[in-house]
Amino acid sequence: MIILSRRSLFGAAAATLLLAGSAGAQTTLLNVSYDPTRELYRDFNAAFAKHWEAEGKEAVSVRMSHGGSGAQARAVIDGLDADIVTLALEADINAIAEKTGKIPADWRGSLANNNCPYTSTIVFLVRKGNPKAIRDWGDLVKDDVAVITPNPKTSGGARWNFLAAWAWAERHFEGDEAKAQEFVGQVYRHVPVLDTGARGSTTTFVQRGIGDVLLAWENEAFLALEELGPDQFEIVVPSISIKAEPPVALVDENAEAKGTTEVAKAYLDYLYSKEGQTIAAKHYYRPFEPELADPSDMQRFPELELATIDDFGGWKKAQPRFFADGGVFDQIYKPGQ
Amino acid sequence: MALEASLDIHPSVAAAPWRSPTAESPAVKWTLIGVALAFLGFFLVLPLVAVFVEAFRSGVGVYFEALVEPDAVAAIRLTLLVAAIAVPCNLVFGLAAAWAIAKFEFKGKNLLITLIDLPFSVSPVISGLVYVLLFGSQGFLGPWLARHGIEIVFAVPGIVLATIFVTFPFVARELIPLMQEQGSGDEEAAISLGASGWKTFWLVTLPNVRWALLYGVLLCNARAMGEYGAVSVVSGHIRGLTNTMPLHVEILYNEYSFSAAFAVASLLALLALVTLSIKSFLEWRHADGLKAVRGH
Repeated sequence: MIILSRRSLFGAAAATLLLAGSAGAQTTLLNVSYDPTRELYRDFNAAFAKHWEAEGKEAVSVRMSHGGSGAQARAVIDGLDADIVTLALEADINAIAEKTGKIPADWRGSLANNNCPYTSTIVFLVRKGNPKAIRDWGDLVKDDVAVITPNPKTSGGARWNFLAAWAWAERHFEGDEAKAQEFVGQVYRHVPVLDTGARGSTTTFVQRGIGDVLLAWENEAFLALEELGPDQFEIVVPSISIKAEPPVALVDENAEAKGTTEVAKAYLDYLYSKEGQTIAAKHYYRPFEPELADPSDMQRFPELELATIDDFGGWKKAQPRFFADGGVFDQIYKPGQ
Repeated sequence: MALEASLDIHPSVAAAPWRSPTAESPAVKWTLIGVALAFLGFFLVLPLVAVFVEAFRSGVGVYFEALVEPDAVAAIRLTLLVAAIAVPCNLVFGLAAAWAIAKFEFKGKNLLITLIDLPFSVSPVISGLVYVLLFGSQGFLGPWLARHGIEIVFAVPGIVLATIFVTFPFVARELIPLMQEQGSGDEEAAISLGASGWKTFWLVTLPNVRWALLYGVLLCNARAMGEYGAVSVVSGHIRGLTNTMPLHVEILYNEYSFSAAFAVASLLALLALVTLSIKSFLEWRHADGLKAVRGH
């Protein structure tokens, strides 16, 4: 009896041990990106792999890691072995450059358009029929409107949302900064849930049905419409928004150590090619060179006035002023109020 | 007076007809059973059913496609690999620790017991973060590891370490109370009859605790496969490489692939159910042995 049970005990343990193994090796790149780019890079990676082999080079596979932009930057700083970073904010790539030196300090400008092969903007996603009649930023602070946006402390997209609201308010109040701050503060008092990332906010709005309006990346809003049905939601384009510039960069030291510099550079360049720009437009990112993309894709982008980060003095000024500890956001947003 | 009163009670109890050991009325009994069942149904069975219903919502084809997709296969393989390393490690550690605590007296024993419980009281996110702080490239040992080309965080070793940390009390916690209760009488008898230490362990100690050990291992395994927080921190979320099943479920869910997310989730749930079934089956199969051990 004793022998029998001992055997069954260790038999169970041994059975779990039988299952192990690992994948074969070839050239692999690691692209560390932010949340909403999943669909974009799934297509782009396949296109690039094909292109690279057609050039007569060794087969390449690109692995992806997605998460909140700030968290992803942190992971690269802590040693995540990225060849390429494609993040939501210049500030996040700056952080990697400053803390590790793996990216040269003058990375911005190593590629065209300040390293932004595509841009995006912030629009509103509302429920079908727009029952709360939300047309512009001013409508967000109406009494019964609940706004969904992520936390600007952790989410790149949320910082663009914040700045877009600020840009509208500054225009509306004719440059009165105190009033602009008061307005943006009011917007955040209408936020019932502050998620950590853009995708989390989308899920809150779309899946859980919380809130009347989602401040979203344009590409994220289109994707939600496509995935979950235009019969449930519609996009509202405000009178003014912001030109969101998610940059890309080579992580020089990592690529050098892995011997992937050439293919990683080619990968980034390919984002600017006709194919890269077409894929970006297809996934609702505004391509840097619209004439390279499919005109029918381009038609989907609404025309609107866009403020830029330079109106705020660039990220080097905007980041500490608005989002650092004790900055404007901390002053206007106090949880539980 | 008091004596009289107490004597009064005695005959009446003795004379009473047979009653069930619980004196409550049937209404109370059925209410209690009803509450327990409703609670169980609402918080356990219903969510479990929901997982499977959602998983099959888009059809059986989509379900199996989600499970054979390369990233899903990689996640399943990684999860099993991590469990296959973490569980034996904790089995050996748990046995050794329980043995030391139950059968010997030594200084710092209470400290050891407290430390074993540490992973239960620390948030899993912290458990992950300590490894990043220790082995990350900005961390304590990071630069040395980098120079020697050793990858720990954002790779499989980090995931294994974090899982071991989180699941480390399960086996020990199951064994310690039982072994303490059993004392060392059986072992002393065996040794006084001439058995070697090793033989005593295999033929006396281990059989005495085998059910607790099995239960600890199964719990440990279930948690090792299901751990999310600590693994999420050290994983780096590289698809097809460092994503375990729970992380893969989250990714799929965030990609609007709800059916696929629930398909992988249902597989995780299934693994847990299989684990429990194995335990029940073994208990049933060895009911006699079990009774004998409990009789000790």
